[in-house]
Order: sequence, then C-alpha cells, then structure tokens
Amino acid sequence: MKTIIDVKNLSIYYYTLAGIVRAVENVSFSIGEKEWVSFVGESGSGKSTVAYAILNLVPSPGKIVNGKVVFNGKNLLELDEEEMRQIRGKEISMVFQDPMTSLDPLRKVGDQIAEVLIEHGAEKEEAFERAKELLRMVNLPEDRINYYPHQLSGGQRQRVAIAMAMAFHPKLLIADEPTTALDVIVQDSIMDLIATLKSKGTSIFFVTHDISLAAERSDKIAVMYAGKLVEFGKVEQILDNPLHPYTKALLESVPDVWSERKVSAIPGYPPDLRNPPKGCRFHPRCTIFKIKKELHGICNELETELIEVEKDHFVACHLYRRR
Amino acid sequence: MSELLRVEHLKKYFPVKRSILEVLTKKEEKFVRAVDDISFSIERGETLALIGESGCGKTTTGRVILRLIEPTEGKIIFDGIDITKLGKEQLREIRKRMQMVFQDPYASLSPRMKIGDAIAHPLLIHGLADKEEAKELALQMLKRVGLTPEDEFYNRYPHHLSGGQRQRVVIARAMILKPDFVVADEAVSMIDVSMRASILELLESFREEYNLTMLFITHDIAVAKLIADRIAVMYLGKIVEIGPTDEVLNNPAHPYTLALIQAVPSIVKREKKKMIEITGEVPNAVNPPSGCRFHPRCPFADELCKTKEPELIEIGKNHFVACHHPVKD
Amino acid sequence: MEIITKIVHPIFEKKPGRGLLIFGLAIVIIVILMAIFAPLIAPYDPTKTSDDSFQPPSAEHLMGTNRLGQDVFSRIVWGSRIVLYVVFIATLLSMSIGIPLGLISGYHGGKIDRALSIIMDSIYAFPALILAIVIAVVLGPSPINTAIAISFVYVPTYFRMVRGQTLSLKEQLFVEAARAIGARDKEIMVKYILPNLAPTVLVVFTLSVADAILTEAGLSFLGLSVTPPTPDWGYDLRVGQPFLLDGYWWLVFFPGAMIMLLAMAFALIGEALSERISLATR
Repeated sequence: MKTIIDVKNLSIYYYTLAGIVRAVENVSFSIGEKEWVSFVGESGSGKSTVAYAILNLVPSPGKIVNGKVVFNGKNLLELDEEEMRQIRGKEISMVFQDPMTSLDPLRKVGDQIAEVLIEHGAEKEEAFERAKELLRMVNLPEDRINYYPHQLSGGQRQRVAIAMAMAFHPKLLIADEPTTALDVIVQDSIMDLIATLKSKGTSIFFVTHDISLAAERSDKIAVMYAGKLVEFGKVEQILDNPLHPYTKALLESVPDVWSERKVSAIPGYPPDLRNPPKGCRFHPRCTIFKIKKELHGICNELETELIEVEKDHFVACHLYRRR
Repeated sequence: MSELLRVEHLKKYFPVKRSILEVLTKKEEKFVRAVDDISFSIERGETLALIGESGCGKTTTGRVILRLIEPTEGKIIFDGIDITKLGKEQLREIRKRMQMVFQDPYASLSPRMKIGDAIAHPLLIHGLADKEEAKELALQMLKRVGLTPEDEFYNRYPHHLSGGQRQRVVIARAMILKPDFVVADEAVSMIDVSMRASILELLESFREEYNLTMLFITHDIAVAKLIADRIAVMYLGKIVEIGPTDEVLNNPAHPYTLALIQAVPSIVKREKKKMIEITGEVPNAVNPPSGCRFHPRCPFADELCKTKEPELIEIGKNHFVACHHPVKD
Repeated sequence: MEIITKIVHPIFEKKPGRGLLIFGLAIVIIVILMAIFAPLIAPYDPTKTSDDSFQPPSAEHLMGTNRLGQDVFSRIVWGSRIVLYVVFIATLLSMSIGIPLGLISGYHGGKIDRALSIIMDSIYAFPALILAIVIAVVLGPSPINTAIAISFVYVPTYFRMVRGQTLSLKEQLFVEAARAIGARDKEIMVKYILPNLAPTVLVVFTLSVADAILTEAGLSFLGLSVTPPTPDWGYDLRVGQPFLLDGYWWLVFFPGAMIMLLAMAFALIGEALSERISLATR
C-alpha cells in the first residue's frame, strides 16, 4: 500500500509557566492510501496534539521539539507558512470537535464554502454550484447555502464543516473528535459520512477518546497513553489480541451494549506529564508490573520502544522485547 | 419489593422568552414542552435508567423529581408522600432522603469551599452532627470514595482535583446523608473513559451498601445496560418505551429505541447491519409533531401515527411501548 | 481571609500587573506605618504654633512651616491617621450595608429587589461629593460624621456589584447542588455565594477606598471634616491655598501630593487585583 503520511520520532512539549509538559514523546507511525487510522486515548494522552502537529498547528505554548512529518516526499515541519497554506485545506484538511471552529457565525454557510473555493482559483458562479454539490454530498439540502450557522443543528454544522474540508478532495482528512458533542444517532450518520469520504479515496486520521467508536469503521487503531504511542495495529489485532497492558485494561474498562462482562476500572490516575514516570509511563498503573517481580528494574527504568511483534502490529512494552 | 417513587402525569413546560415586540403585540406565549405527561415508578433498591438524546427532557425530569425546579403539572409520590405539595421546610426534611449526583463535577462544587467542608455540610445543614463529628464523618467518607490520604484531601479546593476526583467528592456529598433515593444525572459522561468504570463501581458499591434506589439519567446506552435494572427511553418529552434492561435492548419495540441501539458503537459487535433507517433530526419541543412525536422520522409511520397519539401498552412482561406499530423481531 | 492571602501572597509570581501591585502596596504600607508610628516619626507637635511662619523646606523643617509656624511634615505624618481612620470606617460601613443588601436583593429578587434597586440607583445617580456635603453639613463636622457621610455615598457601589454577581452566581450549578442537599436560603447566601464574591469585593474595596480618600479630602477642604487645629491633609490644603500666589508652594504641594499618591496607590492595587481575578476566572 502506498504511504500517504509518515510521522517519525515526533516529540511535542508545552512550555507552560508551571513547567515543561512532555505531551508527545517520540511518536512514529504511518498512514496508507485510503486507510482509516483512529487514535485512541484519554484526555491529555497527546492524541489531538499529534493531529495538530501534522498541519504544524500545535497551539502555543506547544512546540514541536523533534521529528518529521513526511507527506508527498516533503517534511511538512520544514515548509514555510506559504507552502503550508497550500497544503492545509487542499491536500490535508481538518475537522474539529466544535464545528464553529471553522465556521464564521456571521456569514451564510454557502458564502463560506464558496469563499474557500474562490480563494483557490474558482469562478464565483462555479464556486456556488460546487458549494451546493458539496452540501448534497454531506446529505444536506441545497437550500442550506442560505442559512447562517446558528440556524443549523450541531450535526448539520459538522456536516458543513466536513463539506468545506472535502472541497478539494484532500488526500488526508484529520478529524479531531468530530462527534463528541453529538448524540449517538447523529454521530452514527457522521461516521457513515466519513466512511463515504474514505471510499472516495481520502485517508482518515481520526481522533477519539471512545475506543468502541474506533472499533467500527477504522482499519487501524493507535493507542496513546501519556504522550506515547503504546500500541498500533489493525483493528482486529488491537481489539481481539491486545498486547499492551494499557490496551487490555482500557478494553476491560469500557462498557459495551453487547457484552455481558462486568467492567473493571484501571487503577490509579494518568501521570503528570511535567514529570512523567521513569521507564514505561504506564508502569505505576500496570497490574503485570505489580505481579511480576522480574520486571522491576526494567519497566521502571528503561524507556520503551515501539516494536513490530507481528505484521503491522506494533507495541511498546518491555514484555515483548526481543531478548 | 415495594414502590419507592411514583411519577404521575408529570409535565414541565418552560416559557419561551418573547421579544419586547412580541410582548407588546400580545403574541401568544409559547412553551418548550420539556417533559410532557410522563408516568413511571421505581421499586425500592431498583435502578431505572432514563435514556435519550440531548433535549429529550431526561435531565429536566430528574430536576423536577427532586423539586429543584417546580413541575407544571403532575404528582411525584415519594414513599407515599406527594412531594409536589410540600412546603419549604418539609421539602428540606425529605431532601435528606433524596439526593442528586450532577453531570458536571466542575460546576457542581463551589470553587471556594474545601472539599472536606463540602462533604460535611449536608450533615450540618440537617443538624445530624456537630462540627467535630461532621468532620470525622467527612474524613471517613473521603476514604470510602478513595480520596486518600483523606486528611490531605479534606483541605483541598476543587481546582486541585481532576474531573474523576471531583465526581467522587460529589458522590461523597450525596451519600453522606445515607439517602434512600439518588438521581444520577449523566454522572460519568464528563469523566475520562478510563475513569468511568471506577465511578460506576463506586456508585454500585453505595447502591449495595445503602440499598439505594436510583434514577440514572444517561445518553450512553452501554452505561445504562451496565447499571440499570430497567430502562426508560425518552423522546421529545415523552417516554416511548420502558421495560427490563435486557428486554428493551434485545427486543426493542419502538422504532426509535431500535434506531438508538443500533447507532451505539460496540467493540463486540463491530459489523452491523442497519435494521432501520431513520431520517432527519429531533424536532423542536415548542411545536412537537402531532400524533406520535416520532412519526416524521419513522419509516413505519402511517396516517394513524400522524393523528393519534399512542399510549404506553404492555407488550411483554413489564415491557411497555408507546407505538401504533411496534417492531417485532 | 484565605482568599486575600491567595491573591496577594504570590505577589512575586510573574503575572500581569505585578509591578503596579507592588508599587501600590508599598505606598499604602508606608502610609499605614506613618500613621501608626506618627509620634516617633514627627519631629514636632503638629498643633504647636511658633513664630517661624512660612519657613521654606529646610533641614530643620523638611516640608517647611505654615502660617501659624506649624511644621508641615509633622502635620502630614499625623494627618495620615485622620485620612486612614475616616476612609476605612467609611468603607467598612458601606460594605456592611451594601453587601448584605445586594446579596438579599440579588438572591430573592421580586419586590424587595425592585425597591432596593430604585433606592440605590437614585443615591448612585446623585453626584457623590454633593451628597456627602449635604450629609456632612447635616451631621456636623467630626471625623466619625465624615465617615458616615462618605459611607453613604459608596453603599450603592457595593450593592450594585454584589447584586449583579449574586444574580449570576445563583444560577450556577453548585447553588442548585446546595439546594439539593437541603441548604436553606441563608446558608446558600452565606456559605456558597458570599465566598465566591470575595475577589470582586476586594477589588471594589480598594477602588472605593481610593475614591473615598478624594472625597474625604474634598470634605475637609470645605471645612466639613475636622475642627482645627487637628492635622488633616484636605484641611491643610485649603488653609495653604490662599498663599500659593505668594510663593509658599510647600503649603499646598505636600498635602496635595500625599492625597494623590495614596488615592493612586489604592487604585493601582485595585486595577492589578482585578486583572488577576479576570485571569484566574478565565
């Protein structure tokens, strides 16, 4: 499969007044053509920060301290602002949890979609025709071009945001928790919509805190914990054969409508990333580490590395180290 | 088992704000029918989950039951007493026995009150303990909800705590009075996924210890399945289906329930076929559709649905549905 | 008081307005120390007259002497006592009336609220100094009467601020939560709403003190505050004013400068605090 985007050794720190927050540490992965990869993790795990880093949009006081984001043979982190603008929205576009992030509350949605098109060289008439077409594509009636954002429901706004993101058939769509604020039925339809886009040739980088949402339509799942990518693999590999103790614990902690088992909580709390635990960042909460005495001195001392244990299935855990 | 709470024909209408022009021209006052004639009961020790999408009236129902807002019409009978008729002082008495766990642990604690004092305060309000005893009991409660070392947590302010920890404080404050009945309003929806299970475990442990009766309001059907004995589904201010959890989930009779369940993402059932295709979005509660409120979105709707409002009818043991054409499997 | 330490204590933390805060606090502390240790600091008896009238500032008389030959520096030092006394009594009085009324008005609403709001708004609409003059004239000149006159002017300031904040605070979820645990209205007001008002009250306090200093000076300038020969900045300013054209600038300059400096110091503290609070609540 052709690789669309290749992220290597990405590290992002937030330089706050209270200290340096090591939000993302040494994260590497790649997304193939027409592939849907879902990044799963709790708030503060760094999943959204990774998403923003791809477009070099990490909010201040965050800084990309290391790493490469290779897209079309170019490292996006080295491009200047003008070159980056050409890529944003055109080749890689983004939708956010709150669709109002990308919508202007004071202007009709049609004008806003058309403007994006005109900016990139379309004629006015043609732009409005295309705006209507885009709205149809996201299952909204054409007359919505004359609506203001506040006249639409949350789900409809998210559709408009997606329509704008799709204006130029981007190679990659980054979706940062696009359904978190929505009700299940609307969420389901937005997920269907994103799946349709994928079938038309766009790769998807999907960020969610809900692993069951990632389970349904993704090709691959990446699990993040405390700024590290701890496991990465195909959906079946992650869900049916999870390797990392965190992934296992996470799967056991999530209630599921179709499962009869009881849920069990992950003990403890996520670490303070200003001062993350030494070695594996999960070891203070890891039940295996607690039981297996022979791991002491390893998990709490040595940094973990992401290794491929079977084809396409990566894990960063000392249990799977090649000895 | 005996009944602890019964709600009869409960209604809550909120007036829609009119502009000055509308007031001057004496335009008819409109109402949001947040809760529109619902009835149900909960047995002692039972947990009823009230599920539905945002705006369906589930949170309003919870607040009205505790009389945090006044009902427009209807009765709320708690342990044989109609609490809609109680005066201020009598209501205060009954509040010892009815408590609430709020959705937003950030907003439901005063930012300027130590969490220990917040937990001890209910005891002082009701004169159940003096200051020393209340502090002692609050410390025990902190330990009980897992905020240890408790004497250290006692003196912290809410902003020092994570969302999950705050929710433990909110639960501790509700439980210190050893209530009989608790309304838990989206108690885990603002908590990080990995913390949710532990909050649910905590609620479950109190439920066993105090033989709590719970009204568990949630939009998350997976959580409802985990914690509830029965499920009631609300749509636009009405209960459309109510029954034992497994019955409702496995044999949903209302097309809306079916649509809701099928939309829930699941790890276990990843591949799913669409059993039902519903269109559109939830309409406005100011002018709800005639007849069955779900008819504009329902694939099975016919003339009858447009004109006649369906009533709850029993289709299985304790399983009620308000639909002219219930789904059969 | 915890709230005060929480805001004021980390003065040395780098936050916007830190410089202003330190500067303002320094001046206020100096003036307070001056008032406390007046007998030790002042070289002369401030009321004692002598034949050395209209002496310009010199080593002997740091700020010169006035028409009666009194030492201006000693009068400034002792005068700080009067200013602080009048101003603090006045603000404490207006706080103790304005805050409870605002709380009740905002929390209960209805008729009480409307009545109180109309009364307070009409006081507020009246020019402050004129109102204070009228009351001071009716009560007669004495420091405590001046304080009462001034307090009257600032009651509406506290009332309006507290009422407004209460209106928004009572809609907060934690107030509903307090009702859910069975708290009475009084307990909700005192335990849940009042502590959350503290930061804003603190800001209004410093700003109204700054304003009250000017009002006090105005009243004593008009001879409505203290009776001579009590040292008082505003009074000295007035007594010195006719001699300004004769070149005796020190009679006016020093009292005037002190009034301005102290008022400004409080205003700066107020500004810096309000900036901090808006940062903290963002």
